[in-house]
Amino acid sequence: MVMTAPPRELMAADVIAALDEVPDPEIPGVSIVELGMIGAVTVGADEVTVELLPTFVGCPALEVIRESVAARLAAFGRDVRVDVSFATPWSSDRISPAGRDKLRASGFAPPPPVRAGRLVPMLDAAAVPVACPYCGSPRTTLDNAFGPTQCRSIRHCADCRQPFEAFKPI
Amino acid sequence: MIELALSPAVRTALAELLLTMADDEFVSGFTDSEWTGIAPLLEEDVAISSISQDELGHARALYQLLAGVLADGRDEDAIAYDREPDAFRHARLLDHARGDWADTIARRFLYELADEARLASIGDGYPPLADLVGKLQREERYHRMHLVAWIERLAHGGPESRGRLEAALAAVGPDASSVFTPLAGEQALVEARILTRPVAAAEAAWRADLTGILVPLGLQVPHAAAPSAEGRTGHSESFRWLWGEFTLVRRSEDGATW
Repeated sequence: MVMTAPPRELMAADVIAALDEVPDPEIPGVSIVELGMIGAVTVGADEVTVELLPTFVGCPALEVIRESVAARLAAFGRDVRVDVSFATPWSSDRISPAGRDKLRASGFAPPPPVRAGRLVPMLDAAAVPVACPYCGSPRTTLDNAFGPTQCRSIRHCADCRQPFEAFKPI
Repeated sequence: MIELALSPAVRTALAELLLTMADDEFVSGFTDSEWTGIAPLLEEDVAISSISQDELGHARALYQLLAGVLADGRDEDAIAYDREPDAFRHARLLDHARGDWADTIARRFLYELADEARLASIGDGYPPLADLVGKLQREERYHRMHLVAWIERLAHGGPESRGRLEAALAAVGPDASSVFTPLAGEQALVEARILTRPVAAAEAAWRADLTGILVPLGLQVPHAAAPSAEGRTGHSESFRWLWGEFTLVRRSEDGATW
């Protein structure tokens, strides 16, 4: 006789594990969970609700991400609601250690920690050096606080002479 | 629906506040996006384009809140693109043509600091706005850093750059306080804790902030002007031209979206 385990109840952790497979559209090597973009997850009898925290208010990738979340969670067979929320403001401090490693592997320097009291922590590079994602050198300088997308800045490495992109601490 | 908890007077006043904030961000974002491709330095092309993109995103989020408060069937696109020029309520400070680089820096510097003082005045009376403002402030501090750096650079950059900056500040200075044009429903907003202080108190904080930056550079702080009811109406020909530009796609293609 074959014993079949009863279907396990859907948990928030299952939803988060599924969302960890949803890549950031602009940096496909990192998931939206690793970037800290997922807030509260609620599993109801008929509905799964996910709080999505935009990295920037005007992020043009937000609609794509929202659609990817809904598409991935459709597999659970329940209604899916994605609420874009600012109640918990997204901060670059929400990026997980795994996310930081994957950013570096994708050629982006992860952001230094945002510390209270600093107007713009990016300018505090003497205290928290931003290492070059290519050669690891801490001898890098800020070229431009703004970059090709709202969440990135441009730096230059004095050792390998490469310009590179760094996540804005925010 | 949280909107239903608002009294009619507070709802009207909140709609006016949101419209002024959103129109300021929208018009300033569109005006400065005109620099994309032709800014004086490549790095600055990236920076001013990114700042403009931020402001348009902020405008969109504020128009979305406004659409919820008005609940008249219009969405953020309809509010942004389907109004006639005279229905816009951006401040006169933002009603100037792009001008040269000094004009842009002077105008945007005065506006960024004014916007910061305004955001610091938003209380917790309407949580969707308070939440959004908490996020906006994190982004806007980069704008402030950038504009203050440019003011310092132009002030110390030699006779031509300093002369152009002084001329630009003198040209837009008389309109600077228009960002703080009194709101008809201000009292209701303060009572509902949507504003923590009257607009005049935010203006005083802004003036102190400006003074702390401009005076050490030997630059003139714009004179305090008497509050004018016309600070957000009676738009210029340059705004009418800009309106023609930013509504062009929407007017050509019914239902076009962001």
